[in-house]
Amino acid sequence: MPSDISPPFAAPTAEPASTLRLQFRRFRKNRLAMASVYLLTLIVLMCFFGPMFFPFTGEDADFDNIGAPVNLFSIHPFGTDDYGRDLFIRVLEGGQVSLTIGFLGALVAGGIGVLYGAAAGYVGGRLDGFMMRLVEVLYGFPYVILVILLSLLFGGGTVSLFAAIVFTLWLTPAVIVRAQAQSLAQREFIQAARAGGMTGGRIVLQHIVPNCVSVVIVYGSLLVPEVILSESFLSFLGIGVKEPQASWGNLIQVGTSAMSTDLRLLLLPGGLLATVLFCLNFIADGLRDAFDPNDR
Amino acid sequence: MSLLEARNLGVGYTIPGAGLFGAPRHLPIVHEVSLSLQPGRTLGVVGESGCGKSTLGRALLQLIPSSAGQVFWQGQDMAKIPNLRRRRSEMQIIFQDPIAALDPRMTLGKIVSRPLATFEPELSKAAARARAVEALQQVGLSADFADRYPHELSGGQAQRVGIARAIVGRPKMIICDEPVSALDVSIQAQVINLLMDLQESMGLALVFISHNLAVVRHISHEVMVMCLGRVVEKAPRSEFYARPLHPYSKALMDAVPEPDPRREKGRVGTALPGELPSVLNPPKGCVFATRCPLAAEMCHNSRPLLREVAPERHVACHFVEGA
Ligand SMILES: Nc1ncnc2c1ncn2[C@@H]1O[C@H](COP(=O)(O)OP(=O)(O)OP(=O)(O)O)[C@@H](O)[C@H]1O
Ligand SMILES: [Mg+2]
Repeated sequence: MPSDISPPFAAPTAEPASTLRLQFRRFRKNRLAMASVYLLTLIVLMCFFGPMFFPFTGEDADFDNIGAPVNLFSIHPFGTDDYGRDLFIRVLEGGQVSLTIGFLGALVAGGIGVLYGAAAGYVGGRLDGFMMRLVEVLYGFPYVILVILLSLLFGGGTVSLFAAIVFTLWLTPAVIVRAQAQSLAQREFIQAARAGGMTGGRIVLQHIVPNCVSVVIVYGSLLVPEVILSESFLSFLGIGVKEPQASWGNLIQVGTSAMSTDLRLLLLPGGLLATVLFCLNFIADGLRDAFDPNDR
Repeated sequence: MSLLEARNLGVGYTIPGAGLFGAPRHLPIVHEVSLSLQPGRTLGVVGESGCGKSTLGRALLQLIPSSAGQVFWQGQDMAKIPNLRRRRSEMQIIFQDPIAALDPRMTLGKIVSRPLATFEPELSKAAARARAVEALQQVGLSADFADRYPHELSGGQAQRVGIARAIVGRPKMIICDEPVSALDVSIQAQVINLLMDLQESMGLALVFISHNLAVVRHISHEVMVMCLGRVVEKAPRSEFYARPLHPYSKALMDAVPEPDPRREKGRVGTALPGELPSVLNPPKGCVFATRCPLAAEMCHNSRPLLREVAPERHVACHFVEGA
């Protein structure tokens, strides 16, 4: 029984647009960020599909071509290392490891952090206080010592590296999301959700987390380079990814020791890592500009 | 049996303690409120800004915990209703800030149909959406609003969506927390009339919270006046408007006739002279004593109790005799 006092409103005719969609539209206008997206996609595709076009893997030694120099028209376009392994393939395979750890690590660490922070911020009170004290304690834990402990526990290698990275990097997203969740929890649509009979868990997943998505996307995009960098750093120190498995970190480490005689061992993985980090930072910047609620 | 009944309800907020190690403190806001509401009736609640009307409204639905007293829903103590969550379809609420009450990330169709996922889980997605569209039409919004987002709405449209969400589960009662105070005067009447129409067609009981005495007069059967978290007067509508008894009610009434649309959104509280006591430091005596023209020594020292001075007329004032 539509009330006769109020004529039915007709909806505006333009395409409905969620803020999220508007924000991505804004992001696409950012040239530098979009160029970075394309370049990054290219590098990722190259790392994962490039090695398929070569008849050997990064672990196959070519004893006829040990320490071969750069020759773009030979079978080893960027030469081989001291064991006769193709450098280009090794850098691509190292990229697979570094990028996977980077994106997966950011995803897992970000996911844990977001859920933890959203729950703490929504629940509030004593439990929130306790959860945040725990985060502070974990913040104080020295990173490198943690990695060494974990590698003793898991026997070193990629698993303990990954665990260590996730273990330390979920803390900051948790703190950021918790602050956001705390202010969201006061908003009236959360009260409305409770009046609608939703459980706390559902409210966190369906109302709090989706409303943190801007912060999460922006922060998450900064998390990826951070993870890649810590992977490289730890592998460089020799606590991370182990030979013969390649990663950008341990390739750079090998490259630095041979720096005085053969610069290309350092330049190829180092250059690629730097390019990826630049791209990710430009993308993060673009996302922040597109999502920053202050300039709306 | 009343639909809703509150007995000596007290509500407060827990606030962080002072300093690093201060224990959390309880900040009492609403004190000893008793009321009862019959099916299909409207109780108007008036008072200045900050006197605890919204706090009371939320506590009546037990959306925030009460610190004293009880709330009964159809005779059952709400604190003891097993799985109260599932019965919330019977009691709904409309909020003061219509835009803030809608999740900005959801379409209106999703917002309105979401309660059905909890209350009537057997309903298919399509059926729930159909119900949402029906509710939107009931409040005067066309079906194509279902795919819009809250930021595309005007305040009046947003409040209609809030009403649609409240009625979609076919409730028995709606708490209306200043449903029109954020709206333009021209829209206010539309929303009020919509609520009255729905009340008639669905047999709804309403708790209508407002600082606007004229609006309350239009919609209520009974009026309750609050000052600093306490009920100072309770009376049937016509008797109350014919002759308010409490000096505070009279002061509110005198502050009303100002048909300036810009003031309409402001609060009556600003019009009353005198010092408003802080909730942090409530007065020992009458809550209105610091601003009351009649205040005497005893008003500052002893708090007048709410007593029945005439049939159905309750006043908390030392100076009001039986009328
Ligand atoms: N979450 C909270 N924590 C602490 N204090 C609060 C909280 N919410 C409200 N208060 C305090 O409770 C008191 C009453 O607030 P409430 O919102 O109930 O007032 P109101 O009568 O609805 O006012 P208005 O007309 O402005 O809506 C205010 O002094 C306010 O500062
Ligand atoms: Mg209020």
